[in-house]
Amino acid sequence: MEYLEQFREEVRNWLEENCPPSMRTPLVPEEEVWGGRNAEYVNPESKLWLERMGEKGWTAPNLPKEYGGGGLDRDQTKVLHQELFRIKARPALNSFGIWMLAPCIIEFGSEEQKREHLPKIIKGEIRWCQGYSEPGSGSDLASLSTKAEDMGDHYLVNGQKVWTSYADKADWIFALVRTGPKEPKHNGISFLLIDMTTEGVSTKPISLISGKSPFCETFFDNVKAPKENLVGVENSGWTIAKKLLQHERNFISNFGLAGGGTGSGADVVNIAKKYLGETNGQIANSAHRENITLHKMKEHAFGLTLQRSGDEGAKASAASSMFKYYGTEHNKDRYELMIAAMGNKGLGWTNEGFSDDEQAITKAWLRTKANSIEGGTSEVQLNVISRRVLDLPN
Amino acid sequence: MKLILTEEQQFLKDTAQSFARDKTPVTHFRELRDKENSQCWDESVWKEMVELGWSGILVPEQFGGSEFGMAGISVIMQELGKTLTPSPILSTSVLGVSAINMLGSDEQKENYLPKIVAGELTTALAIDEGNHHDPFAIDTTAVLDGDKWVLNGKKVFVVDGASADSILLVARTSGKSGESNGISVFVANKDSAGLDITKISTADSRNYANIEMSELKLDQNALLGEKGLAGETLEKILDLGRIAISAEMLGNTEEAFEVTVNYLKERKQFGVQIGSFQALQHRAAKMFCEIELTKSAVIAAMHAADENSNELERLSSLAKFQAGETLHLVSNEAIQMHGGIGVTDEYDIGFYLKRARVAEQIFGTSEFHQARYADISGF
Repeated sequence: MEYLEQFREEVRNWLEENCPPSMRTPLVPEEEVWGGRNAEYVNPESKLWLERMGEKGWTAPNLPKEYGGGGLDRDQTKVLHQELFRIKARPALNSFGIWMLAPCIIEFGSEEQKREHLPKIIKGEIRWCQGYSEPGSGSDLASLSTKAEDMGDHYLVNGQKVWTSYADKADWIFALVRTGPKEPKHNGISFLLIDMTTEGVSTKPISLISGKSPFCETFFDNVKAPKENLVGVENSGWTIAKKLLQHERNFISNFGLAGGGTGSGADVVNIAKKYLGETNGQIANSAHRENITLHKMKEHAFGLTLQRSGDEGAKASAASSMFKYYGTEHNKDRYELMIAAMGNKGLGWTNEGFSDDEQAITKAWLRTKANSIEGGTSEVQLNVISRRVLDLPN
Repeated sequence: MKLILTEEQQFLKDTAQSFARDKTPVTHFRELRDKENSQCWDESVWKEMVELGWSGILVPEQFGGSEFGMAGISVIMQELGKTLTPSPILSTSVLGVSAINMLGSDEQKENYLPKIVAGELTTALAIDEGNHHDPFAIDTTAVLDGDKWVLNGKKVFVVDGASADSILLVARTSGKSGESNGISVFVANKDSAGLDITKISTADSRNYANIEMSELKLDQNALLGEKGLAGETLEKILDLGRIAISAEMLGNTEEAFEVTVNYLKERKQFGVQIGSFQALQHRAAKMFCEIELTKSAVIAAMHAADENSNELERLSSLAKFQAGETLHLVSNEAIQMHGGIGVTDEYDIGFYLKRARVAEQIFGTSEFHQARYADISGF
C-alpha cells in the first residue's frame, strides 16, 4: 500500500504542475477533445493538456508503456482517476481508439500494428471510428455484406456502413468486412483497418429525432486497403468483433449512473425541485417524488453493482451485457422522469421560450432512446444473459 | 469499503451452505410445518448452530462471542434462507444480542450475553403495535411505581415471540406516539405475571406472537440502558435486523430463481424445453439483473454496519427495499413459470412465495423503506 501512497503523491504533484487552470473548470461541449489530424482546439489549453497527458501515457493509463501507454496497474489506475476527479480535471481525450480498438489491437494485433497504431491513439494524433452496422445488418450484425476481395497485396472494399459515429471527423475506421462470401456467416468476417483518406471512402451525416448527431453513413467504393491492415487472421474477425463489443458495452453501461453517457449531466432531484417546487425542502409533488426515489434507489444499487464487479475483478463478458441492458434502460428512465418533472418546460425545441439547459435536456431525452439500441439492443443483451449466464436452451 | 467477502466471511458462508444442504433442506421445513410444531423451529438444529458459534457472532469476545460482525451473520442467514431454515437466529443472535449489547449495562450484558452464546436463552423483540411496521408509533406505557416498572399495552407480529425465553419490550416512558424521545426497552421473562403471549398462525408457518401486557410488573434492572433514550439506538438495532433479513431474503430469492431456471431447462411443452421460449428467457434475464443488484445492496449494507458507516441507515433501507422488490418479483414469477405444479402444496416453490410476503413485511416493507430513503436523502 505504501507504493500507492507514494504514487498518489507523484500524481498529485504532476497534476498540480501540468493540469492547466481552465482544464479544471466544468467542460463545455465545444471544448471536448477527440484529437485527430484535423482537430481544432477552441481552447489552446485543451491541446496542451492532451499533449502532456498523452506524453505520460495517462490517456490510456493501463496500456503497456512500450506502446505509449501509462503502464499502470489496476490500483495505480484507480489512484490516477481519483486524483483527476479530485481536481475536477476534464478528460484530456475522448477516443473510440482507446475505449474500443486499443484493447483489441493489444490482444489480436501484430507487433507492427501495435507499434504503428497504439502510440498515435494514445497521444490523440489519429482519431478512429467504428464501421460495424450496415443498413441490412443491425442486431444481426454477422449478416453484414460489405465485401473485401483479396487482390494479392490489398483488399478491394465495397459496401456501406451506417451509424459510424464521427466518421466525418475520423482519420481511420476499424471495420468488419466479408472476406469469405461462401463461408457460414460468422466464419467469413474479417477485422480491417482503413485510412479514411483512401480514394473511394465517403461519408454523409445522419440527423436523429434529437436533431444533429455525430452519426454518419460511410460508403466504400472500390477502396484499396493494404493487406497489412488486417487484424488477426482472415475470416476470424467475428471473435475480435465480439470482444470489441464487450469493451463498448462496458463503456456504455456507465450511462446508468447520473452524469455518465449521453445526457445533460442534470440531476433529476434538483430538476424536480426547481420545476415542481419544494415543500419543506422536499419535491412538492408526492407522485413525482415517489417515482424519482425509486429511480434513485435503483441507481444506487446499480452503482454498487458496478463497484462490486470491479472489486471482484470480474472479467467482462456476460456481466457487460447486464450492465449495458440495465444502464441504458435506466438512463432512458432518468430522462423521462426529468422531462415529466419539467412539465411544459421540458418540451422546447429552440430558444424561443426555452433556456439552453432546458433544450439540452429535451434533446438528451430523445438521444437516450438510442442508448438501448446502439452497441446491441436491450433485447440482444437479454438474449446473451439467457444463453450465456443462465444457460437456457436455444 | 470493498464489496467482497473476506476469507473468514467466505468460510462462514461455505459452512452455512453445507449445513443448510445437509441438515436442513426444505424437507426439514416441510416436516416442521406438517407437525404443527408450536415453535416452528427445531431445538436440536438450533443446538448445532450454537455449537458452530452462530449464536455469538455479534457478541463481544469478552462475553464469549466471536465478533464476526454483521457480514458474518448475514452470509449465514443468506444460506439458511436458501432452504427456508427456521431458527431463532434473527430474533436472538441479531436483535436480542444487539439490543442488550448496545443498550444494556455491563451487568446486564454479563447476565444475558453468555447465556445467548451458550444457547441457553432465546429472545424476541416486541415492537410493532399496528398493521404496519412503524418503530416509534408506541402506545405501550411503562410507569415507575415505587421500585417496580408497570407496563401496559399490546404488541403484534412479534418474530419468534411464541418461543422466546425473554421478550424485549419496547415501551414509552414519556412523550407521545410517533416521537423518538421517551422510548425505553425492557427485558421480561416469558412467564412473568401480566404478560400474555398468544401464538398467531401465519402464511409462512413460522413463529410469531401477539403479546399483551396488563399491569406487567418488572424490576428496575429490567430496563435496558437509560429511561426514555433508547429511540436512536433502537433504529440502529432495527437496521441490523433489516440487513440480516435482507440477506435471508436474498437467499430465498437465489434459490427460488435457481429452481425455476432449472425447471425451464427440464420442462418440455410443444416438444421443446420451455426455457427456449424468449418470452420466458427475457423475464428470467431481468430477474438475474435484479438479483445482482440485490447482492450488491446487501453486501454494501452489511459492510457499512461493520464499519460504523454514516451511510448505514440509507444502505439498510436500500437493502431491505431491493431485497423485498426482488423477492416479490421472483417469488411470483417462480410460481407462474412452474405452471400448474407451482400452485400445488406438494411442490416446494409455493413455500418461497408465502415466506416472501411475510419477510417483506418484517421491519418495514419496500414502501416504508422507499419513503425513509427519500427522507434521509433529502429528495
